[in-house]
Amino acid sequence: MTGLGRLRLWVGDHLIMLLGLLVLVYMFVPIAVVVMMSFNDNSKSRNVYKFQSFTWDNWTNPCKPSGMCHDVVVSIEIGLLATVAATILGTLAAFAMVRHQFVGRSVANLVVFLPMATPEIVMGSSLLSLFVVAPIVPLGFWTIFIAHVMFCISFVIVTVKARLSGLDQNLEQAAMDLYATESQTFWRVTFPLVLPGILAAALLSFSLSFDDFIITNLNAGQTVTFPMFVWGSAQRGVPMQVNVVGTVMFLVSIAIVLGGELNSRRRARALAS
Amino acid sequence: MSQAANGQRADGSRSLRLSKLTKEFAAFTAVKSLDLEVPAGSFFALLGPSGCGKTTTLRMVAGLETPTSGSIHLGDLDVTYEKPYRRPVNTVFQNYALFPHLDIYENVAFGLRRRGGKEVDRQVREMLDLVELTTQARKKPPQLSGGQQQRVALARALINRPDVLLLDEPLGALDLKLRRSMQLEIKRIQTEVGLTFVHVTHDQEEAMTMADTIAVMNAGVIEQMGSPDELYENPRTTFVANFLGQSNLIAGTIVGRDGDVVKVDMEGTVVSIPAERAHADAGKGWVGIRPEKVLIAPAGEPINAPGNHMTGGVVTDVSFVGVSTQYLVRMPWGQELMVFEQNTGHRAMLAPGTHVDVSWRPEFAFLLDASQDVNAGIEEA
Repeated sequence: MTGLGRLRLWVGDHLIMLLGLLVLVYMFVPIAVVVMMSFNDNSKSRNVYKFQSFTWDNWTNPCKPSGMCHDVVVSIEIGLLATVAATILGTLAAFAMVRHQFVGRSVANLVVFLPMATPEIVMGSSLLSLFVVAPIVPLGFWTIFIAHVMFCISFVIVTVKARLSGLDQNLEQAAMDLYATESQTFWRVTFPLVLPGILAAALLSFSLSFDDFIITNLNAGQTVTFPMFVWGSAQRGVPMQVNVVGTVMFLVSIAIVLGGELNSRRRARALAS
Repeated sequence: MSQAANGQRADGSRSLRLSKLTKEFAAFTAVKSLDLEVPAGSFFALLGPSGCGKTTTLRMVAGLETPTSGSIHLGDLDVTYEKPYRRPVNTVFQNYALFPHLDIYENVAFGLRRRGGKEVDRQVREMLDLVELTTQARKKPPQLSGGQQQRVALARALINRPDVLLLDEPLGALDLKLRRSMQLEIKRIQTEVGLTFVHVTHDQEEAMTMADTIAVMNAGVIEQMGSPDELYENPRTTFVANFLGQSNLIAGTIVGRDGDVVKVDMEGTVVSIPAERAHADAGKGWVGIRPEKVLIAPAGEPINAPGNHMTGGVVTDVSFVGVSTQYLVRMPWGQELMVFEQNTGHRAMLAPGTHVDVSWRPEFAFLLDASQDVNAGIEEA
């Protein structure tokens, strides 16, 4: 066999793996750049888009850019509050939509997807007009909170609904058959079994809220969130500490995903034994 | 109060009584005015094809379905509309419904803990011992095999010592061999604990193996109730004759009663059927005979059975199944009869095309009303 034929065979055998690696590279190059830039020392240059020299300074003084840490805290506060509110409301809605027959249930199922399908810019501007026309609260922290809860609910409902419809209803009947009252059945059987879905929904809500720029920017008033800070500073040059925040966020999500994966592997191992 | 008056035995178990129990769903009636009495301490089977209403009946007893009308009594306790967690009844579910987030020990302890029972630990250990799962106590349900999960489901229900234990097709998910051993296992446990068991199944062999009394259910009503041998030997309807085992049903015209027997003209041969096995007394009727009760011999050879002798048959099909040989014999009037001959080895198998005579003892035959569908219960069995 010629050398060329051999090469062709090898490429044929490994094509899928090669393509897979390329996709991974494609996905991780931007993150690698963020991590790298978090160690960039740009104190001697105004060019923030070029790696100058290595330093730990950005990591040791993360709050050096004025206002940034304050804005990160605002984003985290809104994220946590919106997550709690959206998770509670969305979970209740999901239970209603899976467990109860009511007039308009199929319509409700459809309408739930609307906030996910509507372009953010449309939703953001219509929310703005709503808050201006009906000023229940002044534009700021609480209008951002209301907006975030609104778009997070859809994701919570969809996630919890999926978990709940996969839940064997016989389990609840078995609990009742074994002398558990309605509320005991809920807290001892239904809730623990739906909890993974609720946690997943909460994580999703937090990252959606923390990340949101378009809707937030339109309804923020004088409040500044972290994405708005980054956007605002981008015109003058993004401080390197933004990359530190980005890297930390990335590490936290990796830790959560790995933790979940390890947990399920441990369970799978226990199953095998 | 006397035992008989409140239907409660010394050991605490009670009889189950259903009166005029009816369940209607939007489009159809699942259970039609069912009357049933299950004596305390018995192993009772509700047998029928899928959709006959047996599971609905069970769910009404468990409290998971509300009857449209009628009543359910445990002893003298009316539980018709009682919440499931307030009636002394426990269920072994078809798919076991074990709590996947709790280990085996906690699954078994669930009912006791809800009722705030004392000595939970001792009772759970005893129960795990009874079902031979002591070593699995700290595993989660998905880590157990199907048969083990089945035993956990049984232990989880039994530990509460319910007045009535309901079993909803509990062995349906197990393979044949495991099912056989679990049938004996459940029977052993029932004898040991002495509680009233109500077992729902579509498997006639399972019902006959396990139950003292079987009620055959079809289309929302009970067709016949009795001990397994009673139902098998003397079915009252074509459905029972076909659903429980197999039957040859031959059309005949009833001649009339003669002393203890009813005479029937069956395709030119007059046969006698004991009066207590005749469930029709005039007009047309189906003469029924079980395939293993029919004796077969090559044409002209004597058959060692005094009785209804029929000539002119031709073997059309032979299947050898080890313990017996199953023949199909075409009779002169065109009907094919099933004949099962035990493999005693006294004669070689008869080849297809052989001319044969068949015979059976008159006391084994039964007579059914001809207004019924001759094929009822065949498809479902």
